[in-house]
Amino acid sequence: MKKFLKVYNALILAFLYLPILVVIIFSFNSGSSRAKFEGFSLQWYIELFQDELILQSLYYSIIIAVLSALIATVIGTLAAVGINSMRGWKKSALLSVNNIPVVNPEIVTAISMMILFVFVLSHFNNMEMGFGTLLISHITFNIPYVVLSVLPKLKGMDQNIYYAALDLGCPPVKSFIKVVIPQILPGIISGLIMAFTLSLDDFVISYFNSGATFQTLPVTIYSMTKKPYSLKLNALSTLLFAVILVLMLISNIKKPVNKKAKK
Amino acid sequence: MKKRLLSLLCAVLLLLSLVGCSDGGNTAEGKQSINVYNWGEYIDQSVLDDFEDKTGIHVNYTTYASNEEMYSKIVSGAASYDVIIPSEYMISKMINEDLLAELNFDNIPNYKYIGDEYRGLSYDPDEKYSVPYTWGTVVIVYNTKYVDEEDVKDESIELLWNEKYAGNILMFDNPRDAFALAHIKLGHSMNTTNPEDWYEAAEELKKQKPLVQAYVMDQIFDKMLNEEAYIAAYYAGDAMTMMDENEHLAAYVPKEGANMFFDSMCVLKNSQNKEGAEKFINFMCETDIAVRNAEAVWYAIPHTAAYEALDPEQREDPLVYPPRETLDKCEVFINLNEETLILQSELWINLKTQY
Amino acid sequence: MSKAVTIGNKKATVAPFSSWMVVFVLVPMALVVYYAFTSSEGGFTLDNLKWIYTYRSTMFLSLRLAFTATAICLLLAYPIAYSMSRASEKIQRNATLIIMLPMWMNFLVRTYSWMTILENNGLINSALRSVFSLFGGEFDGFQLINNRGAIVLGMVYNFLPYMILPIYTSLTKIDNSLLEAARDLGSDGFNVFRRVILPLSVPGIISGITMVFIPSISTFIISRILGGGKDFLIGDLIEDYFLGNSGVVNYNIGAALSMVLMVLILVATFFMNHFDKDAKTSGGGRI
Repeated sequence: MKKFLKVYNALILAFLYLPILVVIIFSFNSGSSRAKFEGFSLQWYIELFQDELILQSLYYSIIIAVLSALIATVIGTLAAVGINSMRGWKKSALLSVNNIPVVNPEIVTAISMMILFVFVLSHFNNMEMGFGTLLISHITFNIPYVVLSVLPKLKGMDQNIYYAALDLGCPPVKSFIKVVIPQILPGIISGLIMAFTLSLDDFVISYFNSGATFQTLPVTIYSMTKKPYSLKLNALSTLLFAVILVLMLISNIKKPVNKKAKK
Repeated sequence: MKKRLLSLLCAVLLLLSLVGCSDGGNTAEGKQSINVYNWGEYIDQSVLDDFEDKTGIHVNYTTYASNEEMYSKIVSGAASYDVIIPSEYMISKMINEDLLAELNFDNIPNYKYIGDEYRGLSYDPDEKYSVPYTWGTVVIVYNTKYVDEEDVKDESIELLWNEKYAGNILMFDNPRDAFALAHIKLGHSMNTTNPEDWYEAAEELKKQKPLVQAYVMDQIFDKMLNEEAYIAAYYAGDAMTMMDENEHLAAYVPKEGANMFFDSMCVLKNSQNKEGAEKFINFMCETDIAVRNAEAVWYAIPHTAAYEALDPEQREDPLVYPPRETLDKCEVFINLNEETLILQSELWINLKTQY
Repeated sequence: MSKAVTIGNKKATVAPFSSWMVVFVLVPMALVVYYAFTSSEGGFTLDNLKWIYTYRSTMFLSLRLAFTATAICLLLAYPIAYSMSRASEKIQRNATLIIMLPMWMNFLVRTYSWMTILENNGLINSALRSVFSLFGGEFDGFQLINNRGAIVLGMVYNFLPYMILPIYTSLTKIDNSLLEAARDLGSDGFNVFRRVILPLSVPGIISGITMVFIPSISTFIISRILGGGKDFLIGDLIEDYFLGNSGVVNYNIGAALSMVLMVLILVATFFMNHFDKDAKTSGGGRI
């Protein structure tokens, strides 16, 4: 049984990683085909760094991801504090609304916002979809994840500490920052990271809500796949994948050390 | 009270962020820019850099896969473009709907190079809105390694319906081009407005569906070059590009006729930088640029001086510049009326939703 | 019971949230419903709903493919999630990372990569061909792409981690002493699994099913890349009506179809939650 599971797990991992391996191998293809490997070269990496459109949309993606994650974290954390202190129908109503973007299929969220934007923008001249609509839509689908990751931390903390601080004469805002925030910080940070990655990775919502010139990376990649496939995309994906891998390895090595230090 | 204040603040923030991103023709550094929206694989990209070097106007270049995709992106108001390059029937539709700007030909002196036979065509009879970019026909491309000679010697459109090649045929993934092929096969005009004709054509496409490997646009390059598929109908210039890269590929204009298209450069009415757009059009009509572009995209050009300067191999290719008798069999799209357009889209979606 | 933390006014802290959600979630949803029940001229109509009937075969196809993909994901995910949950803490952490890592590469690029693998001249068929030619045989190649099987494969591939991770999480929560108790009381391995492990992992299974089913039923890219663009799924139809790739933009029909999708998923989640509660009570009672 154990042997069987080992083989089985290896097969599943092979299934998950085979396409990734293919992407990486073909990024070094000296030919231009994604079907035949002709020899080793770095030409696609060179071309990648000459492709203004890709670099620009990568830059735009990062801007949108950072801004939307930060704004969503502020709104979402405040909301979690409010919701946590509420009771009854108000609380459940807010939680239900919060769940809508999580449960709804992405395409429905995307077109519903598109309808709103097209409707609003049609009343103004010279306005088009772009930075503003992308930022708004990303904040919207990010907020719920922040709320959902902060809320459990709030529930889990000892609420009395906060009131103790108040009793000792610390003003509410200051005691919130000094006492509450440190306790829910892990939730805030994981919400922030989740929002950032969701935003960076989003295709469907950006696809329906971006304009002529301001496009995020996944949308640009999609428009490139409609043309003859360029291995530049493989080079790009390989590089980004390598960056993530390194970041993950670093954070993974660091973790156990931290734990020991805490003890 | 506070709640209201906060909501107000949110609304203001929202408006600010919307306005902040749409200052049109000028980028933040005060550098001019234009948005060019063109078909995929339809320009020599290096030309764009030359334009920027020469005029200092930055080109935001994006592409579309079909006239319909371009049109709906523009009418949704989702994005504003300056220069677009639609085909003839789409131009007349957009003129009718008042979407195109009248060009100021003082800014486009190179218009003088456009041959007489390409001027004042039915889609823009008064030469007000468009400057011809390229023209060509639809051809059938096939791989000589896999397709028997006897099946292609009569140069028929029937090849696309030949059951022998089931699973190896590629078809246009846009309704106008796909239905045109079915109409031609049936001997209809491509521009018929008789619903009966459209139903018959839809039947032909349904019959063809089991034989089709995939409905694609520019992915056709990958599939034909890698010999995943053996037969496809596509635009002549792109077919030439593919034949250049894979020696086994050949093409013909079907004897029953084909769609002949004229793609022209136009400026949108709501362009934020009309002058820059006209500069761009004029630049594309400069003789050396037009030659370079034509030699990259392999489409026929209406530019008389550039035509003379072309590589003779390209100028004399009967697929790029088909002889008169071939062209006489071809037909040009005209804009369909609203009912026919709706019928076309319904039949097309029906094709993709009936199993 | 202590009082919950508040700063200033409760309402003030949720005000940015609630106004944001009203404007950008509830209003857009209301607009979808509004468009679904109006004609392009703006009057009330039920005409758009008849398109749901017209496209019923597309709905069924989408449902069928999404169900198949979800079922396959569940079968594939359970064993690996189980063995992960039984491993040492260090392996567990690394395994979670390894499962999540593929999702960090753009899904379009990964899905395109399947084309390279599955095509007629792709990796699998070429490999088989060279094996056959070793033995002097001829091999035409399997038709692995541009069909519905390939669409399901694309769904399974893209969404499998969403099934593995929740099941794994629910399995790690099972107290080892429960399993020991069951064994001490004479249950064999299979019965321990059936009577203890499986019922206790139901919450994970449920959330895995929702996390795979929802993106599967609403996808519009996978069908195009791996299915050859031959059959529309609901997602393709919605995209088509909103972006007008077939020549006509019609928000009204698009909105009606989106509404169906919402209702389908609402019903599905309702049943899932119901099932979840049932399983919790009866599962607890069985031990």
